[in-house]
Parts: sequence; structure tokens; C-alpha cells
Amino acid sequence: MRLYNEPNPLEVKILTRRFGITNSHTLDVYLQNDGFQAFQKALGMKPDQIIDEMKASGLRGRGGAGFPAGMKWSFVPRSSPKPKYIVVNADESEPGTCKDRLLMEYDPIQMIEGMMIAGLAIDSHKAYVYVRGEYRYLIDLLDRVIDELYARGWLGKSIHGSGFDFDVYTHTGAGSYECGEETALLDSLEGKRGVPRLKPPFPAVAGAWASPTLLTNVETFSAVPAIIRDGGAAFAALGTPRNGGTRMFCLSGHIERPGVYELPMGFNLLQMINEVGGGVRGGRKLKAVVPGGSSCPVLKADECDIAMDFDALAKAKSMLGSGGVVILDETTCMVKFAMRIMKFYAHESCGWCIPCREGTAWLKKTLIRFHDGHGTSKDIDLIDDIAKNMLGRTFCALGDAAAMPTISIVEKFRDEFEAYLAKSSTTVRVPELTVV
Amino acid sequence: MIFPPELEARFDKMLKAYPEGRQRSAVIPMLMYAQDAIGMVTPELVQEVARRCGVTALQVDEVVGYYTMLHRKPFGRHHIQVCTNISCMLRGGEELLAHASKRLGIGNREATADGQFSLEEVECIGACSWAPALIDNYEFHHSVTPEKLDQLIDSLQKKAQ
Amino acid sequence: MTDLVNLNIDGKAVKVPQGMLLIEAAKRAGIEIPQFCYYEGLTLQAACRMCLVEIEKAPKLTEACTTPVAEGMVVHTDSPTVATARKTMLEFLLANHPLDCPVCDKGGECELQDMVFRYGVGESRFTEVKYHVDEKQWSPVVFYDGPRCILCYRCVRVCDEGLGVGALGIINRGVVSEIAPNMGDHLECDECGACIDICPVGALTSGAYRYKTRPWEMEHVGTICTHCSNGCKTTLGVRDGAIVRANNRDRSGINGEFLCVKGRYAFDFVEHEERLRSPLMRKGGELEEVSWAEALATVAKKFAEVKERGGKFGVIGSNHTTNEENYYLHKFVRDGLGGENIDHHRTGDVAGLIDALAGRADALATVGDLYTTKAILVIGSDLAQQHPLLSYQIRANKRHHDAHVYVVTPGPVREDNYSVRSVRGGLEAIGPLADALKAEPGLVVLFGDSVKGDAVRQLVAFGDSLGIPVKYVALVDYSNSRGAADVSQAAGLAYEQILSASDLDVFWVVGANPLKDHALGSQNAFVVVQEMFLTETAKRADVVLPASSAYEKTGTVTNVTGEVQRLKAGPKVMGTKSDLEIFGLIQKEMGLNLGIWKPDNVLDEMRKTTRGRLPVAAPESIRSARDTLFTSGSLGRYSKVLNAVMEGPGLIYGLPVSGKSQ
Ligand SMILES: Cc1cc2nc3c(=O)[nH]c(=O)nc-3n(C[C@H](O)[C@H](O)[C@H](O)COP(=O)(O)O)c2cc1C
Ligand code: SF4
Ligand code: FES
Repeated sequence: MRLYNEPNPLEVKILTRRFGITNSHTLDVYLQNDGFQAFQKALGMKPDQIIDEMKASGLRGRGGAGFPAGMKWSFVPRSSPKPKYIVVNADESEPGTCKDRLLMEYDPIQMIEGMMIAGLAIDSHKAYVYVRGEYRYLIDLLDRVIDELYARGWLGKSIHGSGFDFDVYTHTGAGSYECGEETALLDSLEGKRGVPRLKPPFPAVAGAWASPTLLTNVETFSAVPAIIRDGGAAFAALGTPRNGGTRMFCLSGHIERPGVYELPMGFNLLQMINEVGGGVRGGRKLKAVVPGGSSCPVLKADECDIAMDFDALAKAKSMLGSGGVVILDETTCMVKFAMRIMKFYAHESCGWCIPCREGTAWLKKTLIRFHDGHGTSKDIDLIDDIAKNMLGRTFCALGDAAAMPTISIVEKFRDEFEAYLAKSSTTVRVPELTVV
Repeated sequence: MIFPPELEARFDKMLKAYPEGRQRSAVIPMLMYAQDAIGMVTPELVQEVARRCGVTALQVDEVVGYYTMLHRKPFGRHHIQVCTNISCMLRGGEELLAHASKRLGIGNREATADGQFSLEEVECIGACSWAPALIDNYEFHHSVTPEKLDQLIDSLQKKAQ
Repeated sequence: MTDLVNLNIDGKAVKVPQGMLLIEAAKRAGIEIPQFCYYEGLTLQAACRMCLVEIEKAPKLTEACTTPVAEGMVVHTDSPTVATARKTMLEFLLANHPLDCPVCDKGGECELQDMVFRYGVGESRFTEVKYHVDEKQWSPVVFYDGPRCILCYRCVRVCDEGLGVGALGIINRGVVSEIAPNMGDHLECDECGACIDICPVGALTSGAYRYKTRPWEMEHVGTICTHCSNGCKTTLGVRDGAIVRANNRDRSGINGEFLCVKGRYAFDFVEHEERLRSPLMRKGGELEEVSWAEALATVAKKFAEVKERGGKFGVIGSNHTTNEENYYLHKFVRDGLGGENIDHHRTGDVAGLIDALAGRADALATVGDLYTTKAILVIGSDLAQQHPLLSYQIRANKRHHDAHVYVVTPGPVREDNYSVRSVRGGLEAIGPLADALKAEPGLVVLFGDSVKGDAVRQLVAFGDSLGIPVKYVALVDYSNSRGAADVSQAAGLAYEQILSASDLDVFWVVGANPLKDHALGSQNAFVVVQEMFLTETAKRADVVLPASSAYEKTGTVTNVTGEVQRLKAGPKVMGTKSDLEIFGLIQKEMGLNLGIWKPDNVLDEMRKTTRGRLPVAAPESIRSARDTLFTSGSLGRYSKVLNAVMEGPGLIYGLPVSGKSQ
């Protein structure tokens, strides 16, 4: 099955422009379609010029936090005597997100070219693509592509006589959402448990094997060739101020035409649902939207007339996150939704710090009990309070990622929780206790 | 332990992929690929990976316990992993899991008596826009309905005969 | 001088060195910031989140345990937000905690209890089922109760960083994470129990102590470990005259809180059922119990008679008895008996070193020097097995100051894991290290029994040739070997000669077991033995006088690095007497007047008279006992704990040492 959708007229195809071309993942097709032009151009640029172009593009990290990419590149100490590494975060596991998969399946060389340009900019010659274990078919595909690039001189020593060496390796994960967190990913890359590290030092200074490391999401690297080829300004112009370019939005849930669409930053959410996604499934009413993966506070239907960029969503007290847009229609039970989210975070908490380890487990048990009809009137406040006690106090952002959607659901849909409770109290309540 | 030649070649390459003295980095990939070859993580495999990567068995055990794809019990020849995370849940992931459980007669993380199938409820597998989805070993199946699941199981059973 | 930084904590102006962690700065200002995972000297974790404080201008609460102070920082540890954070963090911690405090060993000295008492809430909102796993036994001395564990990772770190063993890890993830031992279901390690001691709660408990007592029922007696020469302070928990545990949680003494398996558990010989509790006398060829009065009178009479007729005494002193006892014994032999044949087993060439240094007292290293000197050279000793505290100090020096460790040993040692150079061989192999050593700002050299006599002089000459400050440690084995050497002034027969002599009239052995591996030359000598157990030597005695152990004594002992420390009596063992008292009573019975036999009086006298003139011993008589972590001379044989752990009898240079506890 082909995963990319029929292009929608509202899409702006920059990263996905080769999708749909037969064998778009192969070197020949890549070369026939502007492949490596940006790299060739970058060979003639000074590192600072490359980084300036990146800064001008307004590209912000597509992994979730939205940190300005050019700035991140500039933090890597070029002159450090240690080797510098490039690491691609292809752990894609934020619920609602399925875009990196497409970029690697249909245009892997675009990502690699982006990595090579980054290599020129920060003086790095070794790169690792950390791919979640479930994406084995993509690892196999990347391995084949990498072999071909070596065979034809696009990787390895002095690439096409440029004097620039670059090696790329794939590395498999083994089932852990937390390994998407950049420092946990680095520990995992080093053969350890995926537990986050203390920051500072940040990976740019001391990352993989204690060396300076540029760690960036697949989509972020995939945007680089277009930026260098057509200029940062052109990329920036596609989006909104401080939110340059396009991004991949993954529409899922109760929507007529789910799929991954490349749209300009700042695209209106309602328009996205109705005109790109074909509207709420079955013509039902919209209830809520998860705007950027399950870690983001949900938006109620009446909050969805909003520009999808980092700043607008932050203003609405939510986040653009990883681009996973999940549509919930009027039939969705928010109690169940909150419970399912918390099952996920409890399952994925690494266990390192107390508030996340204990908080997610406690919330999960309470939400399951509540969902199963054994809630009490105190539970709603309790759920809200436990989540707030985690918020901002955990070691890494996973704790926040678990707390934020929970708080938003309880606060925005409190009446639904109350109604749920009233309904369940008419039945006989024998609590089913949840172990673990 | 000795592995099939292709796997040995992969391991050799793997150990060279990481900077000198950092061969511990190969622990997770080595466990994953070896597990695929022998079906599960055995105590001997832990020892072997520890030896090859220059770490203690405890350091390997720490890793095995952490990652959900590494398992110490055998799964079925076809490990059916059904996603029930939000996007899949909204489009029938839980019903799909229930159906699979009934059809195969096994629960979560269990295997059929003939060792042909095992079933697991998994977290988001990156198929949200094509939900509900499942993975058979490493193969993705998208927009799965109970009927499609039955067909898949039928064809896998037929292949096995 | 490091630069000082000014900051404000809870309205107090605080001035501390740059780079100091906020949690330490607060401590200096007398402000407690609660903590579980932070542990001075171990790597930072920031896992427990107990230490969150409010720093003005920071967007959210910050952990004090990893944040260095900064100029102008304004910190609040007493704000309502901080109080709430602490309260709820404890609520989280208690969620899956079994709250079985009434039957928990740690009750009454539990950091979690104390924290909840001080910062927690009185009521629990957690009404779900707690996660439970059964308790596990990992070794005869280590038990792990998962549900009580708060996952502060102190045990994991102390084992890995402190001991260099790394026997503990973390398995599973999330709320079901647990600590796990290195062998799957059991531990193979140093069995030092540091993990138990450092555990803030009752998750790790000691096989020797569990369910024996409540902590407040014990008297805590700080004394010096009686096993090896390192001289660790150990705090005995004594109840009803018996030792129930040993630890050093107040981090006093030269060892901080370090103790090895012997210091922590091998006090059990004290109560061993074969402990001698009555004098024995040979009657009709058999040793029979007699009264103290009869035994002492018999010995005094014999001594007086032999002295009277100008007969020959041969005396073997102890490496375990106190300085006061050793001094009194020498005086007894010299002034009381008119003899001079007294010596003890020499386990390292301390005398040779002092002789070679020709009065340079500042060239003798202390335990502290091992932590602060930039370079360390180990020659001919497996420190982790034979000198656990010294090994621990060197590791800490490496961790905290990046010390350069050089190793010259015949086989592999733990120091190899972090040394800058490890060479296999003996003293002859040090030559090639000279260039590297010359570049060091200072050096401590530790050498074992293979370097003795002339070799010591060669080593000192080598040290002098480096042109940098060099200090030395001559490694010796037992708890007071160094002290025994220090008071020794005799000029008569040496150890081997005494044993081989065929014409002794009296053979007197105090706290030693020379006949274990040596025949007695004088078949007809009257043999008097002061001992705790019926050893090979005691079995040969005509009179055996039951002595008390160092744990039951007061007085001083001197450790391997020459540090003199006081013993404090803890338990009492009925029927025994200290060696000093035995000497005193014998001389009184003989009608001599060698002075009051109270330790303080003897020490006073020693201070005035002893000059520290050490007789140099013949190199061939110097040999280490090769005790490991799991053996301790005769004492080790009577420690059930040492014989119960499967690691015994231990390895030196990776090779097995024969037999169970020697
Ligand atoms: C719990 C957690 C999970 C994350 N998972 C992912 C992920 O799967 N993929 C990803 O690219 N970034 C993930 N991130 C974000 C990364 O930490 C990091 O910010 C990002 O990879 C940086 O790349 P960027 O600058 O291109 O966004 C995660 C963060 C957290 C806290
Ligand atoms: S918030 Fe704490 S327990 Fe949760 S994933 Fe991060 S470090 Fe681990
Ligand atoms: S002491 Fe700071 S987080 Fe534990």
C-alpha cells in the first residue's frame, strides 16, 4: 500500500515533492530530480554561510520542541578537537505522528543530503540514524540506500573528490518512546537504558560518546536541501514570521481523509480539517483536536480556528509538537481518551524520576477505575491535582507530556467527567482494582 | 555462540560502526538482530552479547528489561502487534485487538499452542493516518478491519501448512 | 584561592566558592534541603526531585542538587510552592511504598520516615492497589525488598563508583523498575554491604542484622576494626553486651563511611561458641578448665622460677593487641623477666622503610594523602583484596581529582581498570615509569611484602631520583602490625629463631598463632598462650589464658599509614580478660612492679619514653599473610559470615587463595 496521499491543491510540496515518482527512494531518481544540488552548492559555502541560511529559513525543529534549527547548528563547537557527530532522531513514536516514516520511505536521500550539509556546517563526518525498532523495513531500506551511496561515491572518503568525508550508519531502537527524548536517545545509542541525561551539558556540547553532537529530527534534516538550494529566505516566506517553511501534518482520527499533508506553517486548523482532510468523519460535529501529538493539550472545537504554528499554539496554551493532528468527533468519550493517553505514558515512563514514575502509574490506575464506573466525586480533582503536581517537576519532558493533556482534558471537559460519574453511580460499584 | 554467517557479518560491521572503545553501543542492535534469529533473548545470548560488546551481563540485562521489543519468552512465528493508541483507538483498534484475541484464542503477550501466532497490544506504531494498524513481525498492515485480519490470519495459516 | 560567589538563600546572605552546588551552599548556611538521590561524592542524578527550590527569575522549580551557585542568585527553599512540591513528591513516593515501618529494620533511622515527618502530609490520597513483588535474598548478607525501594540509585553508584565493583543495576522500567544483582538472582561482589548502609530506606537489609533489634535499643560504640591494617572506624551497635551490627553511618574516622565485609560483618567471632571463656591448664595431658586464680598463679610461679634460674624465655607478640599491651609486654620481657627474645610476625618492611628514609618523617603517607596526591604508584599488592580502604581512597581520588594511578603487580588488580599504566612484574619493572612519574606534581608509593631489605632502599633511591615530593606506605597486614613494629625494641632472637630454638624454657605467645605453619623447636618448653580460640598454638599450650578481642578493649592501635586511633570497648565476653590485664596480673602475682596496667596510664608512659627506634628485621622473615577480603588470620576462621559468603576465600591477583578463612 502506498502511504502518501493524492496531492491536495492546498499542499505546498517541498519535502514531499518527489513522493509519487516511481522509485523515488533510489539514487538515480534522486539525481534526476535535483538530487545533491544543495550539497554541491554547500561545498562552495563557508560553514557560517550555511548556518546563516539555516537561520534565515526560520526552520524550527520538527521533533516537537520547535527549537530554531540554525541556532542549534551554531551551538556545536566547530573547533572542538573532539569528533563531532550527527544523529538523526527517527524514533518517531509520539502518538498521532507518522511523517518521518514517509520521508524515509519515499525520499531517504533527501534526509541524508541534509545530514551531509549539516556535516559541512559543523565539521562532522559521522552520522547515525536512530530508527525505532518497529521500523525495521525502513532500516533495511536505509541500509540498501546507504550501500548504494557508498558504491557510487556519495558517501565515504572525499565525496566526489570534494575532500569531504562522510559516513552514515543506521542504529535500531528496541521499543521505547522515551528514546525519542534526545538525551535518552543518546544513552540508547551508547547501548544503555533509555534514560535521559542531565542538562547541561546539552548534546551540542557533549552528546554521543561525550562529543559535540547535532541531534535533529528526520523532517528537520529533510528540509535542509530545499533551504540551501533555494535559499533560506524563500523557505521562510512559505510560513509565518519565526515559523518558516512547510511542515508535515499527520491527520488522523475521526476525519474523512486521514493522511500526511505538507502544508505551510501557520495553516488554519479548521481549514486543514475541512478542506484538506475532507471534514469530520460522517459529517459529525467536531469535539476536540490534539494539535501536535498526544503530549499536547487538546483544543476544544471552538478553539480550532487557529493558525498552526509554534507561536500561535503556544499562545493558546497548547503546542504544535510533532505535527500529529488527531481529530475527535462528538462521539468521543473524553474519559476513555484521557485513560488511553495515560496508559501510554505510564507504559513509557522510564522510571528514573519519582513524579513521573509514580504519577503516571497513579493516574493510570485512577483513570481506569473512573472509566470502569468506580469513580468517586473526589477523583476529578484528584486527577487534576496529581497531574499538576507532576507538571514542571519531572526530570525530562515526558512527565510534562503526560500531565499537560490530562490537565487540559479534565479542565476543558470537566462536565463530561461529572456526567460520567453521575451515570456510573447508578450502577453497583464494586471497584475493580488495577495491579501495576 | 555462533550465528549464521550473514548475521556474523552484520555483527562485525556493527561493531565497527561505533567509535573505537565504544562497542557497547552495539548492545541493543545486536540483541535485536540475534533475537530475530533465535526467537528470544536467552541467558546465553545475554552472556554472548556482553562478551562481544565488552560489558557485563548485568549491563545487558539492564537493557533487556528496559526495551519492550526485547523479550525473554518465545513469541509465535507470527507476532501480531495491534496498536490501540489514540489514533487507532478512534478508528477501531481495540475492537481489532479483541477480534484477534478471540480468533486466535490467546490474550495479550500470549502465544498459540502451536507456536504459530502470538498477540500483543502495542503503543503507537507510527501508522496513525492509516489506522487502525497492526504489525506482523516487522510487516505493517494498515486500515485493518476484522475481515482483513481474518484474511491475513487465514493466509498465514495456509502458508504454514 | 577559588573565587567566592555571593547569593541569597531564604534571606540569608551566603558566600561560597564558585562551582559549589546549591544544595551544599544551603547546607553551609544551615539550611536543609531534603534529598534522596543526591549523595556527596557520587555522581549527580536529579532523580528524586526532593530538592526542588525556587530560584528567582527561573521559569520553574529547579533542583538544588545539580545547580551550581551563581553570583546574585536569590533562592527560596521555604516558599509555599516549594513546600507543596516536597509534600507531593513524598506523596508520590509513598504511593507504592508498603508502609510496613513497624517491622522494617530501618524504622527509627529511615530517611523516608524523617522526610515525611518533616515535610510530608498526614493523609494519603492513594487508594489504588499497590504494586508488590516479593523480597529477595541476594547473598547471605544482602536482602532486597523491592516495594520499599525508592530508586535513588545510591546503592548502584556506591557499588560502581565507590567500590569499583558495579554489581548492582536497574532492570525493568517505569513503576516496576527494580534494582538487580549482577548474577541474575544473586550477587557476586565484595559483599561489603555499602549498598545496605547507603540505602535511605529499608529496601536493602543486612542478613546479619535484620529483625534483630530496633535501632534505638542499641548503644553505638565507635571503635577501630580489628581485621586488617587499614584502621577503619566502625560503629558497633551493642545491645545487652553483644554486637548486633557494625557500620559507620556518621562518616567519622579516616574511612568516612567505608567498611569492607570484615569491618561490617566479621564481628561475629566475638560471640562464636568456640570462644575461650575460661583459662585452661594441661592436667594429665589434657587441657582442662581452671579458675583464673589457679592459671595466673601457675604461670607466675613458672615465670619466676625460670627467671630465678636464669632460664630462657621466647616470646611471640601480637599484630592485633593494642599499643599499650605491646609496650607493656616488651617491658615485661625486658624489665620483668630480664629477657630479650621477643618478636612478632612481620608482614611488611616498615622498619626497613623508616631506616631507608633516615629520619624523613614527612615522607610517610597518610590515608588522607591517598585521596589528595595527584599520582599513586602501587607495587606488589592487590589493594582491593588486601587493603580495601586504601583501594577505596585511591578510587575516590581518581573520581574526584582524576588522580593518575600506576600499577606494578605480578597479576591483574582492580586498579588496572582505571590506571594510566599497569605493568606486570615486580620492583624491577618500575624503571620505565620514571619519565611519566617525573612529570607528576607529587607521588605516593605503596609497596607490599615483596619489597623488603635492600629493595626498600632501592625504591627510596628511585623516588629520590624523580625530583618530586614522594611519600611511601609500607603495606602491612593486621590491625596493629604497624603499632607492634613501632614499640618493638628487643634485640634478641627474631621470630623464626624463637620458634626454631630448641632450648627455650618458656614459650609465651600473646595473640598469635605461629604454630599453625611452624613446628616448635623447644619440645620441653612450658607454653603459655593468650588467645581467644583454641588455635593450633593454643592446643600446644600448658596454660591457655582467654583473652578479650580488640572490640572488648580500650587502648590505641596504629594503622598501616601510622595513624594512631583509640579503641572503645563495646561488647563484653564473660570469662575473658584483656591482654594488658593478664600481663598486669601475672607481674603482680610475681611480685614485680611494672606499673599500673590501665591503658591510659600506659599510654602516658609510652608518650614519655618510646623513641620509635625500630629494629630492622631480616628480609626473609618478612611476609604478608595474604589475607583477602574474605579471610582474616585466625579471626576469619571463627567468623561465620566470612565463611558463608560464596566469594571466600577470595582471589589475589585473580588467583584463588587456598582454603577457607586462614
Ligand atoms: C518524551 C519525549 C519523546 C520525544 N520523542 C521524539 C521523537 O520520537 N522524535 C523526535 O524527533 N523528537 C522527539 N522528541 C524531541 C527530542 O527530544 C528533540 O527535541 C528533537 O529530536 C530535536 O530535533 P529537532 O530540533 O529537529 O526538533 C521527544 C521528546 C521527549 C521529551
Ligand atoms: S520524566 Fe522522569 S521518569 Fe519520566 S521519562 Fe523523564 S526521567 Fe523518566
Ligand atoms: S537530591 Fe536533587 S533530585 Fe534527588
